[in-house]
Amino acid sequence: MSPILDARGLNKNFGAVTAASDIHAAIEKDSVVGLIGTNGAGKTTFINMITGYLKPDRGTIHYEGRDITHLPPREITRLGICRSFQIPQLYSSLSVHENMQVALGIVLRNAGLGGFFSTGEPRVPGYDAPVSEVAERILERFGLMQYRDQNAQVLPGGVRKLLDIALTMAAKPRILLLDEPTSGVSAEEKFGIMDMVMSAVKAEGATVLFVEHDMEVVARFAQRVLAFYDGRIIADAPPQDALSDPEVKRYVVGGELHRMDEAAARA
Amino acid sequence: MTRDRTPLLLGALFLVVAVAGLWTPPWALFILTIAFAKGLVALGLMLFLRAGLVSFGQALYYCSGAYAAGALGRFLGVSDIFLMMAAGCAASALLGFILGFLLAKYRGIFFGLLSLALSMILYGLLVKNEALGSTDGFNILPSTLFGVRPSQEWLRYAVALSAAGVALAAAYLVHRYLKTPLGRLAPAIKDNEIRVEYMGASARQAIHTKYVIAAALSGIGGALAATTVGHIDPDMSYWTTSGEFIFMAILAGTGSVVAPFAGALIFGVIHTTAYDLSPNTWQMFLGTSLLLLIVFLPEGLWSLFRRRKAA
Repeated sequence: MSPILDARGLNKNFGAVTAASDIHAAIEKDSVVGLIGTNGAGKTTFINMITGYLKPDRGTIHYEGRDITHLPPREITRLGICRSFQIPQLYSSLSVHENMQVALGIVLRNAGLGGFFSTGEPRVPGYDAPVSEVAERILERFGLMQYRDQNAQVLPGGVRKLLDIALTMAAKPRILLLDEPTSGVSAEEKFGIMDMVMSAVKAEGATVLFVEHDMEVVARFAQRVLAFYDGRIIADAPPQDALSDPEVKRYVVGGELHRMDEAAARA
Repeated sequence: MTRDRTPLLLGALFLVVAVAGLWTPPWALFILTIAFAKGLVALGLMLFLRAGLVSFGQALYYCSGAYAAGALGRFLGVSDIFLMMAAGCAASALLGFILGFLLAKYRGIFFGLLSLALSMILYGLLVKNEALGSTDGFNILPSTLFGVRPSQEWLRYAVALSAAGVALAAAYLVHRYLKTPLGRLAPAIKDNEIRVEYMGASARQAIHTKYVIAAALSGIGGALAATTVGHIDPDMSYWTTSGEFIFMAILAGTGSVVAPFAGALIFGVIHTTAYDLSPNTWQMFLGTSLLLLIVFLPEGLWSLFRRRKAA
């Protein structure tokens, strides 16, 4: 089967810094792929190139056989490749429900519905219900109903993260890119968030790429791991193999342990 | 879900003008008509404010609408008030569409100052143009309605009623627009434009659309003011005129499409009263009222209603 997403020979330099060096990755449909690596290893650069935020200096990205390398972010999003953010990107002056309404309004608009001349309440494609109802359904699924009318600005960290992911999933992406879905979330909450996301993904049938520093989360949820170091992919294997790879241990997991020690020392 | 009462409110306002207008003295009808004209411009500015933008040059489209209407009379002898408003609307919308390609790229202070610069270019062009009366401008023929010229005693009433009809209909259309997904995008663009793009919408296109709508509204307002006052001059594009519109829009707030007209009316009353009391220092009154407004009603007139509802 041909891959749903195919990155071929991606290179990206920022001045003297190499953020991506000859990245090859073919992602199979409906797979769950964990991207690991220390800070600055090139994970987010990879995500940013897929979503069109950064253009690679060399190389191409194909989505279902189509070259998307030079498309702007919004067109890549419209094709069904949607991302969440490491730092939640919300509409801070709007309530949780209104945030979701904006997301679904864009879905309507991109389907050519809900225009100025349309009469009656349009139904969101893929959900077959009006915006307000679909918004509540999604909030329900992510356990956000109790925050429905709260301003996004005042939400606790874990809830912000969930809302960010819920907004990303509103458009029913074919490929979901999660940038550190559990960072800034308490240890008790992290599996809960991932369980919720994964059950939603299973229901919708999407391919997932997630950047993650927490190796427990990676081991539990990823089917395949891409380990980044210095702009290169140094391992591409199922989690148990990748995490026990000596190079990965030395440069990625070890680095992670080192980071955790540092954090412990600071605390 | 609460029922949408805005269409009802707009209809009621029209009836109030139609009935109460019969007993209103002509000078008050004049102030009311000008409030409808300027309120249309402020309504356009409200669209910008919702998206976090302020235009310091909306007088550009007010003026281009007025001159388009004026040119219709001066060169073609047309004096029908509705044709004039249509011409003002079309001319300003077209100009807004063209300039919108440039403006929609800018945000914050750059958007504001660039619009100011463009309005001052029009001012400069008009001042130099002999055919359009240079700094003196030119007079506009008295308004006719569908080919009928109302008698002097009915003219103000007929014009005020036409103004109310067109302005409130425009307000209804804007109200409808604000409820479409594109209209609802404004606060999202204000909060987080990058997220908007990553949800698959074009913020630039959304702002371009708002820009054209605001220009069209301002064009109608300019044409209406031209035919009401009976005279136009380049000052309609001067930056102080743009400042007045911002005053009205801030006074109104972004809560309702009715608010800009209330803002424009209050501005008109303050302006007229201040000018009457003290012709040389009326600006001081205006400045003081703006100061009080910002201190006590930072979210505009409409916050009064919302606060009362919340209480």
